[in-house]
Amino acid sequence: MAKEIIRVEDLKRDFVVGDETVHALRGLSFSIYEGEFVTIMGTSGSGKSTLLNILGCLDTPSVGEYYLDGVSVRTMDKNSRATLRNRKIGFIFQSYNLLAKTTAVENVELPLMYNPTVSSKERHERAIKALQDVGLGDRLNHNSNQMSGGQQQRVAIARALVNEPVIILADEATGNLDTRTSFEILTLLQRMHKDENRTIIFVTHNQEIADFSSRNIVIRDGRIKEDTYNKNIRSAKEVLEGLPKEN
Amino acid sequence: MNFINLFKIALRALSGNKFRGFLTMLGIIIGVAAVITMLAIGQGSKRSIQDQISTMGSNMINIRPGTGQFGGVRQSASSMQTLKLEDYEAIADQAQYISAASPEVSSSGQVIYGANNSPTSIYGVNPSYLDIRKYTVAQGEMFTEADVKASAKVCLIGQTVVDNLFTNGEDPVGQTIRFNKIPFKVIGVLTSKGDNTMGMDQDDLVLAPYTTVQKRILAITYIQSISVSAESEDATENAIASIEDILRQRHKIGANDDDDFNVRSQKELITMMSSTTDMMTILLACIAGISLLVGGIGIMNIMYVSVTERTREIGLRMSIGAKGIDILMQFLIEAILLSVTGGLIGVAIGIGSSYLVKNILSWPIDIEVYTIALSFVVCTATGIFFGWYPAKKASDLDPIEALRYE
Repeated sequence: MAKEIIRVEDLKRDFVVGDETVHALRGLSFSIYEGEFVTIMGTSGSGKSTLLNILGCLDTPSVGEYYLDGVSVRTMDKNSRATLRNRKIGFIFQSYNLLAKTTAVENVELPLMYNPTVSSKERHERAIKALQDVGLGDRLNHNSNQMSGGQQQRVAIARALVNEPVIILADEATGNLDTRTSFEILTLLQRMHKDENRTIIFVTHNQEIADFSSRNIVIRDGRIKEDTYNKNIRSAKEVLEGLPKEN
Repeated sequence: MNFINLFKIALRALSGNKFRGFLTMLGIIIGVAAVITMLAIGQGSKRSIQDQISTMGSNMINIRPGTGQFGGVRQSASSMQTLKLEDYEAIADQAQYISAASPEVSSSGQVIYGANNSPTSIYGVNPSYLDIRKYTVAQGEMFTEADVKASAKVCLIGQTVVDNLFTNGEDPVGQTIRFNKIPFKVIGVLTSKGDNTMGMDQDDLVLAPYTTVQKRILAITYIQSISVSAESEDATENAIASIEDILRQRHKIGANDDDDFNVRSQKELITMMSSTTDMMTILLACIAGISLLVGGIGIMNIMYVSVTERTREIGLRMSIGAKGIDILMQFLIEAILLSVTGGLIGVAIGIGSSYLVKNILSWPIDIEVYTIALSFVVCTATGIFFGWYPAKKASDLDPIEALRYE
């Protein structure tokens, strides 16, 4: 039995907007185990962003329990959640969110800067290794604005990996990229899932991506509509090779 | 997060916006440079006044007869004859904390040598007078106690008198000059001291034994004033108290009656003059302080812009594990770096412009270490004070909102 990374029990999240109360999440329960590649899907307004924020320890549920790697997050204060994010979670954003005028290595070092137990030498070495992992070993000292979108997203992935998180949270990670680059990123994520047994949650509204993951959770109106395991995982690498070559 | 990392992050953020950083610092630079220059000018003029006063003897005490009444008629102080030679002797013998004392009688008149003549004053004193007034003999020598006892017709003359009388460049020593028709043999020339604080020429005088002036010129037995030198500037007050005790006793003044004499020290003069320059210094420092304040507001303004501009960056940092305090410290250190760097440049420019003032305008300047230390502390405080609010705003951002910020 694989290790349980995430467990949510009857998760609810309400927002008060003026006089109205908006029920973004109306009671979700699921568990995610080590080595799963889960896509969370939903149309806009379905509550998937709220769920992502809670899973990413940026927000806390109004009702219900959330255990990350066996730790209850609901009762944690802001600072403890910041430390938890720093040690256990790797974020990948749609718009990369790299620091401008900053080199790839420095961007990747950033999460370790907030971890006082990592020395500056170790930090640098780990950042280089993470960049080599995502295939950017030759662009270590390029500034973020000198790189293409795909390269920037790879830097962001390296940044998400550098702290050895228990889970990677990708929020529309291919949303800003063209088809070919999207598949390159998906290939990279699939490789990490398969070869390195990493746990990945990929939040998207793009249904196609579900085919490349091992499990798909569909959210609608704050509830789980579907939770299916994918037996026939498509290989993003094969799709990529099947795409017409660029000239 | 450790401090070195925070420092690196802040430095990196600043180096990304060098020109903007420089413009922001400009306010602080001008402020600090102004503070240092203004204080240097203020302190310099204060010191130069103190120096001038101390050339007259900073520990000098002067005793003059006070106003009094004779038969209901109030008399002017200078016409009073209450100060006797015995008073001088008592002070010289008994007063504590004093190192020297000299009686003083003076008269103004025409001094004549050959075909030249000039108006001047003659001071009748004893040999200690040179020490008390900080005069030195440039040429020849001072008269002695023996000359005083003998009422010898000898004198020393100041440089102005030499210039007025000995126009052909003769050696004055050994010549005989006439003061109000009384012949005096010149036995020495005083070293020039220049003008005093009040603009009086300290070299336009003739010094002679007080007995000679009393008998030959003024025909009086009383003395007009007594000059005393306290052991040190700090001992002045004790010396004055001691002198007052002696004189009150000798003049038989009751406990509730006013003194019939006045005791004045140079220290009072120094205090008075200093308070004027201190006032000026405070005014200058206020003006300079206001420009520092304006510089601080500039920093606050730019830090606000910076926080708004980098909202997404703040969101990202928080999402990857930065605590509120980390963000607060990052922006605070940026603000402090701006103000301290500005302060350092300001100190350099302030010192530079102080010397410029000294060399071009030949104003006296006095840069004291504490003014530099002070402006540095004020700078850092400005950085913390004006950087705090924007930094606090940054650290209070909600990471979810910040990440979504466009």
